[in-house]
Order: sequence, then C-alpha cells, then structure tokens
Amino acid sequence: MGCVMRLIPMGGKNMTQKPILSIADMSIVFSSPDEADIEAVRQVDLTLTPGKTLALVGESGCGKSVTARAVLRLLDKNALIQRGSITFEPKGEKPVDIAKLKQDSLPLRAIRGNQISMIFQEPMSSLSPVHTIGDQIDEMMTIHEGLKPKQARERTVALLDQVGIPGARERADAYPFQLSGGLRQRAMIAMALACKPQVLIADEPTTALDVTTQAQILDLLRQLQADFGMAMLFITHDLGVVAEIADEVAVMYLGDVVEQGSVFDVFAAPKHPYTQALMSSIPKMARKADRVRLSPIKGTVPAPKDRPEGCAFTSRCPHAFEPCPTIRPARTDLGNGHHARCHLLTRVPVEEPA
Amino acid sequence: MAVETMTDIPVSTPIKRAKRESQTALMWRRFKRHRLALVSLWIVALFYLIAILAEFLAPHDPGAYSARYTYAPPQGLQLFSTDENGGWRFFPHVNGYSTEVDREAMRRIFVVDPEIEIPVQFLAPSDPYLLAGVIPMSVKLIGVTEARAPFYILGADRLGRDLLSRLIHGTRISLSIGLAGVTLSLFFGIIIGGFAGYYGGWFDSAVMRVIEFIRSMPTIPLWLGLAAAMPKDWSALQTYFAITIILSLIGWTELARVVRGRFLSLRTEDFVTAAQLDGASDWRIITRHMVPSFMSHIIAAATLAIPGMILAETALSFLGLGLQAPIVSWGTLLQDAQNIRTLASAPWLLAPGVCVVIIILSMNFFGDGLRDAADPHGR
Amino acid sequence: MLGFIGKRLIAMILTMWAVSFVAFAIIQLPPGDYLTTYIATLAANGDRVDPATIEALRRQYGFGEPYMIQYWKWVSGIIFRGDFGQSFEWEAPVTTLIWGRLGNSILLEGLAVIVMWLVALPIGIYAAVRKYSLGDYLATIGGFIGLAIPNFFFALILMYLSFIWFGETIGGLFSPGMENARWSPARVWDFLSHAWAPILVLSMAGTAELIRILRANLLDELKKPYVTTARAKGLSEFRTIMKYPVRVALNPLVSTIGWLLPALVSSSVIVSVVLNLPTAGPLLLRSLTSQDMFLAGAIIMLLGMLTVIGTLISDLLLAWIDPRIRYGSK
Repeated sequence: MGCVMRLIPMGGKNMTQKPILSIADMSIVFSSPDEADIEAVRQVDLTLTPGKTLALVGESGCGKSVTARAVLRLLDKNALIQRGSITFEPKGEKPVDIAKLKQDSLPLRAIRGNQISMIFQEPMSSLSPVHTIGDQIDEMMTIHEGLKPKQARERTVALLDQVGIPGARERADAYPFQLSGGLRQRAMIAMALACKPQVLIADEPTTALDVTTQAQILDLLRQLQADFGMAMLFITHDLGVVAEIADEVAVMYLGDVVEQGSVFDVFAAPKHPYTQALMSSIPKMARKADRVRLSPIKGTVPAPKDRPEGCAFTSRCPHAFEPCPTIRPARTDLGNGHHARCHLLTRVPVEEPA
Repeated sequence: MAVETMTDIPVSTPIKRAKRESQTALMWRRFKRHRLALVSLWIVALFYLIAILAEFLAPHDPGAYSARYTYAPPQGLQLFSTDENGGWRFFPHVNGYSTEVDREAMRRIFVVDPEIEIPVQFLAPSDPYLLAGVIPMSVKLIGVTEARAPFYILGADRLGRDLLSRLIHGTRISLSIGLAGVTLSLFFGIIIGGFAGYYGGWFDSAVMRVIEFIRSMPTIPLWLGLAAAMPKDWSALQTYFAITIILSLIGWTELARVVRGRFLSLRTEDFVTAAQLDGASDWRIITRHMVPSFMSHIIAAATLAIPGMILAETALSFLGLGLQAPIVSWGTLLQDAQNIRTLASAPWLLAPGVCVVIIILSMNFFGDGLRDAADPHGR
Repeated sequence: MLGFIGKRLIAMILTMWAVSFVAFAIIQLPPGDYLTTYIATLAANGDRVDPATIEALRRQYGFGEPYMIQYWKWVSGIIFRGDFGQSFEWEAPVTTLIWGRLGNSILLEGLAVIVMWLVALPIGIYAAVRKYSLGDYLATIGGFIGLAIPNFFFALILMYLSFIWFGETIGGLFSPGMENARWSPARVWDFLSHAWAPILVLSMAGTAELIRILRANLLDELKKPYVTTARAKGLSEFRTIMKYPVRVALNPLVSTIGWLLPALVSSSVIVSVVLNLPTAGPLLLRSLTSQDMFLAGAIIMLLGMLTVIGTLISDLLLAWIDPRIRYGSK
C-alpha cells in the first residue's frame, strides 16, 4: 500500500505537466510486393510526459519497436504511417506533427538526436565498427550545435565520464569492438544524451546484456532521467524491468495497445485478459505453501495475416465471446488514465470498482 | 534419449533417400523461378546440341576452301521470294554475288546481288560423313541444290572458307574443351579439396597456401608460358589435351576451395558424427554421406567455372599459343580478325566473339540460378 | 600494426620466391637448353660461334649442372647483380629490354585501377541505395555484359568501330614523334589520346566486378542497425550513407584489389597484343613464340611480382582503413 502513497502525489503532478509527445490514433502498414499489406500497429495512443517513463511491453513482433521507430520516422521504406499523428511539443515551442514531416527534411533532422534521441538494443551492431566511439559521439554535437571538433571531444569525454565509463579520454579513441557490452551500451547512452534531448526512446536497451549489467544500465538511465528531466519511452518485453523503471505502462499485443495506465494500476488490477495472463505468467516470490504453478498463455501468437478483424487476442482468450473475433473493442476509459480494449469491459461495465 | 536415437537408425536410410529425391525436385522448382536462368539453360542446351550435331548442321566442311570467294560477305538466308507481281512465295534461297574491283586495295570485292537467287534445300543430300564420328550420314540440314553455287550464310574468310560451318565446328571444340577442362579441374578439385577439408591439419594449410599462390598469379602469362613449351609437332589431339591440362592446372583451385569449404562445414555436422560413431569408413562417409549433400553446390560451382575455361581457351588460341591451325575453335577463328584492315573489310569475322559472349552470359546466368537453387539458405 | 606488416612482408617474400621458382620452371620447360638454342640460332645466322663465349655463358648460367644450381645462379644474378640473363633473340641483356615496357604496363594498369574505382564507386552506391530502380537494373545488366565480353574481343570491337566511325586506327601509346620525348603537357595529352582505349578495355571487367561487389556489400551494410543509429542522430541521408555503410562496405572492396590485379595483369597482356601497345605483353608473347626463355621467364616473374606487390599494398591499405584488422579483432 506504500506504493499508492508514492503514486498518488505523482499522479497529481501528472495532471499539471503537459505531455511533450503524444501519439494519437497511429496505424502503421507494411506493404510487400508478394503479400497482402500488414497493419503492424493499429490505432495506438500514447503520451509521454517530461520526467516520466512510459514502458511499452509486449512479445516480439507485437509492434512495440515499430511504434518507437515511427516516432523518429526510422521505419523502412515499405512501412507507412497510414493514419494518426505524432505530436511533439517541446517546452515553449510550437507543436509539430512528426508523422507529417518529410523524410530527410531539415525539421525532422533537427528533432532527431537533438530533441528526441534513441538507444538501441544491440550496442555492438548499432555502433559503426570502423569509427571510434568518440568520433560517433562528437558528431552529434558538431551537427546539431555546430561545435568545433575539439570542443565536441571535450563534451564527449565529459559525457562518457558521466555515464560511468572509466578512463573516458582514452576510451573515446577506442573502437566499439574494444569495449565490453556494458561499456558499449553506456557509450550508446552517452551518444543519445549528447544534445540533452527532451525525449529518450530506449528500444530494449538491456536485452542484449547480462543481468548484472542490465541492472547497472537501468540505474544509470533512471539517474540520468532525474538529472536531465527528459521523458522516456522504454521498450521491453521484461515485466520485471517495467516494474523497476516505468511510471506508466502500455501493453501491446499484435499491433494493438490492449491496456495502458500507471504501472501501479495495470500491475495491481489488470483489466485485459492478455495483461492478466501476462501477470500470472511471471514467477512471484512467495512462501512455499503459497506458491502457485505458473500458467503460461495458451496457444501461440497468430501470424499478422491471420489476425481477426476484432480483438487480436481472441484466439487465445479464455473469455472470448461473440463480438470478439469480428468487432474491434473500443478503447475504454477506466479512470485515472487507465485504458483497455476489451469487450468484457463494455459488456459488464461495473464488474469491480477500478 | 539413447533409446530414441537407436530406433531412429534403421528408419533413417529410407527417410534420407526420400528427402534426396524431393530435394532435386525442390531445386528444380526453385531454379524454374529464375526466368533468366531458365532461358539461359535452353540457350546452353542449344549450343551443346549444335556442338554434337556439328557435321549435320554445318553446310560445308570447315576446311573446304575456295579461292574464288575470299572474304565473300554474308548472304543471309531468305525463306520467301517475291515474284514480278509482288506476290510471296515460299522459296528458300540465298543471293549470289557480283564482283567489283577495288582499285586501291587491288583486289576483288564481292557484293551480295539480290538479282541472283540460289535455291536452298533443307535436308540436302551431301557427301557421306560420320555424325559425331560414329553415325554414317549423307544428308545435311541445309545446302544449295547447285553444287558449285556459293553458299556463305555468314560470309567467308581469307581462304573462302564458310564462316558458319567453321563456327559450328568451332563450337564443338570450344564447348568441349570447357567441359573437359572443368571435368579435369573437378577431379583434382574434389580430391585435393576433399582431402584438405576432411582431414584438415598441415595438409589443409599447405593446400590453401598453394591455392592462394596460384590464384595470386596472373593466369594468362602463366598459361602462355606453359602452352609455349608444347612441342610444335604434336598432333591436334595431343595439343587439345595438353591445353585442357594446362587450363585445369589453374582451374582446379576454385573448385578445390569450394569443396574444401563444404567439407569443412559438413565435418562437424551431426549426421557425419553419427556415421563416424556407426563405424563407417572415411571413404564411405565421404562418398555416401558428404558428397551427396553438397553435390548440387559442386555442380553449380563447376557450371560457373566453364565460362572461365572457354574464355581462357579462346584467349590462348587467339594469341596463337593455344590450339593450332587445323583445329577450329572460336579462339583460332578470332585470330583471323586480329588485323584491323581485314576487320574493316570483313567485320563478320567477329561472329565467333559474339558466340563467346552469348555462351558466357548464359552460362553465368544458368550457373547463378543453379547456385541460388542449390542453396536454400542463400536468400 | 607493425606485427601485421611484418607478417605480410614475410608472406610476400615467400610468395616472390615461389614466383621465381615458377618462372624458372617455365624457362626450363622447352626441350633443349637455352645455350643449345643460342648456338643453333647463331649458326643459322651464319655467325661464327666463339667457343670462349660459349664457355663463359655455360659457366655463368651453370648449364649442364643440376637444376637447383642453375636456379641459384639465375636467381642470385637477379638479386645481387640485377641480371635477368640474356635475350638471345635481341642479343641484349634482358634488363635493357623490359624496364621501359614494364613501366608502361604498370602505368596502364594503375590508371585502369583508378578508373575502375572512379566509375564503380558512384554506380555501385547508386545501385545499392536505389535497389531495383531502373538505374540499378541497367547497372546489373551492364555488369553482366561487362564480365561476359572477353577483353580482347572488346578491344577488337573498339578498334573496328573507331576505324569505321572516325577512320582512325587506335593502337600504341604514343604518336610516332612522341615515343621518346620528355614528359610535357603535349606528351601527356598525346598519351591520353592513345591510352583511353586500352584503359577503357582493361577497366571494364574490373569495374563490373567492383560494382557487383560494392552493391552486394552495401546492401548488406544498409540493413545494419548502425545505419539506423546514424539516421536517428539527425544526419542527412546522404551523409548517413556516405559516412557509415559506404565506409564499411569499402573495406572488403579494398581487399578485392588483391584478386582483381592478377586478372588485370593477365588482360593487359592480351589487350596489349591486340592494340599493339609497347608494354610487357607483346614482348612476352614474342619471346615465348621464339623460345627466348630468359626474357619470357623474366617477364612472367616480374608480372607475378607486380601482382604480389599490389596485393601487399591492398592488404596494408585494408589494415590502414579497417581498425578491426589493425587491432586484430576477429
């Protein structure tokens, strides 16, 4: 219950803070010459607030990475943001719809790396193998802030120091393959933070790392968020990581955000059967007598082309009924920013108090 | 687990056989998807058919010369004739020549004269000959009815020999030398590369060094040096085989590399380990288990090696150090086209080069398609 | 880095030794030894054969002695005295015959390499970045044709076309008056007006090959996450591609020089014969047909050395541009 005490005041602050990035009703369609189009992301709504972390959770292939990449328009050519908007509204500036910006245009490039930056999953392959770490970080400041190489390098060394890389000055001249996985990811973080971005997108930044390093990187990110005050979109498939780092969470399944809300609400009282199933599939610490057998989710994720018109989870849902396969459940407001897409919620509106 | 594997063994042989059959079918299906490769396959097949049926297809003997028609231009072949009323009539014929005298060059020039029509007959009777050296025949695909009439569809060379006939016979030599060279290279390549890949160790590294060394040498000078050492008095057949061997001396390296690479990667596969644990001999493992599993790759690699052989033979013969005069190959034919004066007045002598380009293009496309089809993992 | 260079140098010396062995074997291949041929030629020309000269030659080259000793005499002559032996056809030391021609060979081949890269780089990058565009298809088709046309055939066609269209015979590297002139703008111009044809012919196959490799490499690299990282940094598309994937794709391309060179040297021999260029090629052909084996062996060896040195340069270049090799990562 102590958690509630912590969350309520923050929730109150949430009301006053204007969102810095809001994705509204965004759909992304992949087309290929051989097959039918695939709607990889369906009408997603997300908002990021300065100083807060939104975790986007889901199995691989659910569209969470695609959503994240869409924010910086980093999708491949065969992907199209078919509908919706990505409104970016930095403090004291006019809002911009990133979804409408032209690829390779100046306004888009001025946002990328400068105001919104990104950390990737594989620090090894996400850094160029033939350029030094320093070279790759310097570049951020030379292109966005017009720093001279010397000045940029000074800032780079300071940054590397800040993200906890020992011997920063020498390491700046190292190549990615000369660093350990954890150090590489720290360098990647330093790069993302080089221009003090207002939004940081972290695409599974800890997945490729071992557990100890994972914890260190999470700590680092949390601390840097406190220092810089940026909003963070954190992509992961690990519910443990969500609990550790996020303020809010959005659960994705096959392109749908099935449930979203504050971490406390969603973890404590999941409303969507998928979220419920996810929660019961993570091991809990309990006394031996209280231990329950983990219940995996039945069946497998269907291929995107076999996804039903209605709720994507129909094929595996224990509660599925008539409207599920055909009618798409609406985004139901459950109060306190908690939303879910499920027909159960509309059929029995007041099943239990939220 | 152990019990399971035990019971698997008797079943595994029939399963494997079934899989191999379907693999060939699968390969063919994948291959057919490459339209360019499929077309190329037909072109290659056509060329080889020409090579086999050379005597039947060639209207003349490749060595038959005629001092009357030196550098006679191509007549082309016309199937229809127009009569006075402008009507059409099926009348296969070629046009005869009229002569002019080039006072500058002091020689006669032939011009195709549309007024003269020389009737042409399909399946024309001819002097008896042996098709492919075995089947006695006395009919050719095409011929003129008047015995003495000029018949040069693709033109004539310096000695008034029919270029088409020489081209057809040259196809036989050039294509067969490519095939023979690759067969020989394949033989060396499989043995050397197989040993290196299967046993590894010092032999492998020694072989790799040798291959690297040979591949770092410029081939033409080397080939020339070797070819120049051939005694001048060798017979046509001896030269032919000598050239084949010379080409294979360098050609085996690429195939050995492919075979070695395959062996190296297969050596650690479970089915090889399983066979070893069964007590199968090395020979049996190599011939029954490993070679069938990469035969398709080897065939693809060998196909891709043929164009290089053909090119090499053509180049050597063109330079005069490969096949020698009485033998007709594309390379020896192109030798006639070396002189720019000759070339300017008889550009049709370049025709063998066009054949080289076509066969190499088709072989490359065909080989590429084969390789893609053989490698399910490659894209 | 120093260790790497050292290792390469040792490998190069070993390869050169092997090259010299091959060249010597070729010298020895024709039946009968050089001296017998020499005496026969002299006698055929009606010259008086001086027994003293013959005896001196016999001692110098160790004729009649075991092959290893002959080899040593030959090779030590080259190493210590720069003496490649005697050309009996030209009746002159081999060294006086080959250097100028070899220089021309190196010049032509070097220029061909430069042209290859200049042409292949933009086309290869374009073809990869605009995959399946019209330009890509044209480049691919052009590449296939470029690889399928034998270089000497291409040279013949070029000769024919220039004769038919411009009434000129292309061939040679200099106009008659310019052959021995000193280098001057006029001579450079004269050289270029002759050399474009051989350079075009020589670089065609290599260009096609380079385009194909660059396109394939670049297509691989363009899919790599670091390209997305570069885009996410806010770099322009052009700079993203040029600084990152192109830079990485260049590495394997540099190492291809190693095996493009042998082919280039090979084709320069045959193209030089067709276009009648004063390079090592025609001299080699002539020496081989007349069994002037010391000259032929020297040329074969030097051409072999040329590719060995070229490969060494490409190796060092690769180590210089690729830190993964410089620092010995996998």
